Amino acid sequence: MDAMTISVEAGETFGLLGPNGAGKTTAIKMLITLLPPTSGDASIAGYSIRRRASAVRRVIGYVPQMLSTEGTLTGYENLLIFARLYDIPRRERKPRIRNALKFMGLEECADKLVRTYSGGMVRRLEIAQSILHRPPVLFLDEPTVGLDPLARKAVWEHVEQLRSEYGTTILMTTHLMEEADSMCDRVAIMHRGKVVALGRPDDLKASIGRDGATLEDVFIHYTGSELESGGSYRDVSRTRRTAQRLG
Amino acid sequence: MTSPGQGERPSGSVESTLPRPKNPLSVVVGFVDKTLAMSEFEVRKIRHDPTELIMRAVQPVIWLLVFGEVFTHIRAIPTGDLRYIDFLTPGVLAQSTLFIAIFSGIALIWERDLGIVHKFLVSPTSRGALALGKALSGGVRGLPQAVLIFILAVILRVQINWNPLALLGVLAAVLLGATAFTSLSMIVAFLVKTRERFMGIGQVLTMPLFFASSAIYPISVMPRWLQVIAHGNPLTYQVDALRGLMLAHGVSEYGLGLDFGVLVLTTAVLVIIAARLYPNIVR
Repeated sequence: MDAMTISVEAGETFGLLGPNGAGKTTAIKMLITLLPPTSGDASIAGYSIRRRASAVRRVIGYVPQMLSTEGTLTGYENLLIFARLYDIPRRERKPRIRNALKFMGLEECADKLVRTYSGGMVRRLEIAQSILHRPPVLFLDEPTVGLDPLARKAVWEHVEQLRSEYGTTILMTTHLMEEADSMCDRVAIMHRGKVVALGRPDDLKASIGRDGATLEDVFIHYTGSELESGGSYRDVSRTRRTAQRLG
Repeated sequence: MTSPGQGERPSGSVESTLPRPKNPLSVVVGFVDKTLAMSEFEVRKIRHDPTELIMRAVQPVIWLLVFGEVFTHIRAIPTGDLRYIDFLTPGVLAQSTLFIAIFSGIALIWERDLGIVHKFLVSPTSRGALALGKALSGGVRGLPQAVLIFILAVILRVQINWNPLALLGVLAAVLLGATAFTSLSMIVAFLVKTRERFMGIGQVLTMPLFFASSAIYPISVMPRWLQVIAHGNPLTYQVDALRGLMLAHGVSEYGLGLDFGVLVLTTAVLVIIAARLYPNIVR
């Protein structure tokens, strides 16, 4: 990771794009307090990640790229544990969990074991898990990796609904330019630990001076067309495993 | 469902979960609640899929029915007034919870490949509660073993002390020992981080812990150097406490005070180290 300066507005959906190994996941891990920043600082909903890490944890939700639900438990139980870890008062737990499940369209299968869920359902359950405490800021790391187009669309719609109903600020990473184009108000393209382009998808498309440019053209323009050697064996193996389990 | 104003007030819906100053009591209550939540998470997993527990029952059965019966018969091990099977039963209880505990860390490595542990660490839960909750769940896994071994003991006519206080003591000794060794296992998992290395180290740890303790023979029959090691082994004190509490004519050689003192101290130290190392798992 090299120096990085971005500011995300409240209620905005912001996309972090970049080739494998560009530093997207590292950046997110620092922002959500899993990794200490090597230098500098960032503030989330007004709290410094360096000095107020525990306050930051209360105001964010996080959906990791990897599977983050327990297959041997039911959907309801998966949410219950997080309701407790997020200090949701006892009498509010049940209605909040039911609400989150309903919001994500998972009411019917609340009491089924998660290992019987489809890939798209697992993803939606993971999002439900991360919004139980109604965080003003939500981090989504590759939210649709390994999903078929239909499941992907359902995830997009639910995330969009989340933003319009709760005004949640969303910071997401993705490899899918189509996803970034349709969901994000603004995107930052990262390359070798640096932000090389930042702006609205339409402005970026216009900036490379080619008619009918897509976000994919913008991406290649800024990150170079050479095959990158980025992304460790472990990262690749994780992504593939996640894709395999979801699919 | 949506009113136009809602989108403009993102903070309106989150007031209840924003950080606020806390008094010491609510900090303690929160810590305990989250520790129990972490344990409950593990216990619910076992309830949905008890295969592991059933498989785990095989080992103590073999130790008591085969090894115990044979060695009782040949009287090869001097155990004073106690029959060998009586001497062995508390040792097998300690051993079976040790085996469950020492391999439980592998679940953490598994969870690391998933994203659950990331989510735990991103939640406002202290590392202490995460570590202790997980370690306690190892203790809870030991309890069905205790029930099984009591049943076997009755069948083998081991003279059990049914005093309720003594039974509570057995419960405490099993919980403490298993919690301590689960923490040890977590520490190993946080340091080695891969399944292969973990399995290797797990094997290397269990055998010396088990054989350099008073679980299957008295320390007095050991060579001098091994006696020294056995006296530094927490398993020895767990077995000693169990022998004093579980058997009708059992005597604790070192005294229950020292036994429980060692167990509590070991557990505390190991849980603190595990809590410290917990964030390592995602780096």
